[in-house]
Amino acid sequence: MRSSSSRRSFLVGLAGAGALAALGFPRRASGAPVGSAAELGFTEIPDGALAEQYLFALPGKLPLIKKTFRPPNFETPVEYFRTPITPNKAFFVRYHLAGIPQSIKADDWSLSVAGDSVERPLRLTLQQLKKEFKAAQVTAVNQCSGNRRGLFEPHVAGVEWGVGAMGNAVWRGVRLKDVLAKAGVRSNALEVVLDGADQGAIDKTPDFVKSIPVDVAMRDETLIAFEMNGAPLPHWNGFPARLIVPGWTGTYWVKHLVSVKVMSTPEKNFWMSTAYRLPRGLFKTPTFTSQLYAPNEPITAMVVNSLVTSPRSGQQVPRSKTIPVRGVAWDGGSGIDRVEVSTDLGGSWQRAKLGKDLGQYSFREFALDLPAREPGALIVMARATSNSGETQVNQLIFNPAGYHHNVIQRLYVEVV
Amino acid sequence: MRLAMAMISLAAASCAWAQESKVLLKDAPGKDKVMQCMACHSLDYIQMNSHFLDKAGWTASVNKMINVFGAPIPKEDVDAIATYLAENYGKPPAK
Repeated sequence: MRSSSSRRSFLVGLAGAGALAALGFPRRASGAPVGSAAELGFTEIPDGALAEQYLFALPGKLPLIKKTFRPPNFETPVEYFRTPITPNKAFFVRYHLAGIPQSIKADDWSLSVAGDSVERPLRLTLQQLKKEFKAAQVTAVNQCSGNRRGLFEPHVAGVEWGVGAMGNAVWRGVRLKDVLAKAGVRSNALEVVLDGADQGAIDKTPDFVKSIPVDVAMRDETLIAFEMNGAPLPHWNGFPARLIVPGWTGTYWVKHLVSVKVMSTPEKNFWMSTAYRLPRGLFKTPTFTSQLYAPNEPITAMVVNSLVTSPRSGQQVPRSKTIPVRGVAWDGGSGIDRVEVSTDLGGSWQRAKLGKDLGQYSFREFALDLPAREPGALIVMARATSNSGETQVNQLIFNPAGYHHNVIQRLYVEVV
Repeated sequence: MRLAMAMISLAAASCAWAQESKVLLKDAPGKDKVMQCMACHSLDYIQMNSHFLDKAGWTASVNKMINVFGAPIPKEDVDAIATYLAENYGKPPAK
């Protein structure tokens, strides 16, 4: 039997010192600080971020991991990913700008539908939206583009998210394409531009406005949602209505949606032209062709990923018991083909059992019980592969803004 | 100063954000100028982005706030702010 120290030396030789540091071992799970990434077998988030974050409950929410107060950025603790649907009260909160309406009355809200590629501009109340259009729903992961940014090595500036800037919910509302059809979309339509009720604290700050390609806007599953898991959207998740773009990262899921414009020209405000961009061709994700006026390209669909929610790195497991490996996997919309687990640093992989299929845009649960026969240290890894054949990566694909982190977790477990 | 006071009262007026008054920066020269950052966001953005930026990195961040987000910070304060941030929340010097 290989001793734990020689296994560690082997690991250093194979994967480098960074991976070793990522393990943060051996440490008891209960002693880890709130939102520790090392506890999940990743590079730790920046020390200043770890020291400044703690659990705090926004009105109407459960205690979540406070990243920043204003604008509010709150992460979902890993415990809430042990079910495939993330509870509304535990769902992460992400705002760019501090000018957030303190409350919005559903009766006062209306949605403007306009733009140079629209034939008949409309204004719809929430009642009209609910009554005049057919209801539609989708189960879909909403994940911030920068989820896991804090795990980047070297660290990059931004909200230093751990693993919880994401959640999975059943979104119910109406199809964006039905609303656009009522307004009449001209054949020269290029992008659909979305604006929410939030704004900067000062006038000079660029308003958070996003656009999506018109073909994505016309998909059956792209919704204007007003319900989440059977209840009205929580205020902090976009009450009374938000856009749902299944498969695409959260930046496009505009909250407190007040304006939809169909345009014949590309939207070039800061949030499209400069922010949320990646070096061109770095990821094999769909191309947003009307936004290729700069050397880089906008982020689009999510990359395949998984999160092991059990065990925790540093956990001790009694010999002769099993190590229950549990988690969720998701991708940008092709669905999950398989999740495999390795205990020999990727030398061999065994398939985990997949949970119920809740749809191609949803979290997919996985489970595998590993035998814990002999005392010693184990590195547990899990990797998801999508139906489109994409697999999680061993090494971070670095990009300056810290997007698309889907590095395979390495959890250190001690059998005692 | 008037701006900082106005921002503090604005923050206190919002119950959800009142907690941000608990975010405390280290006492060091330049802190008074750094308080201007509160015009747009809570100060925990600073701790969250520590300790990995050097002075050039912090200067770029402050300039982005002014040039992109329109932060009402005088250009002549940029160096004092970046120096404070680099010394108190910056990347530790190489050993």
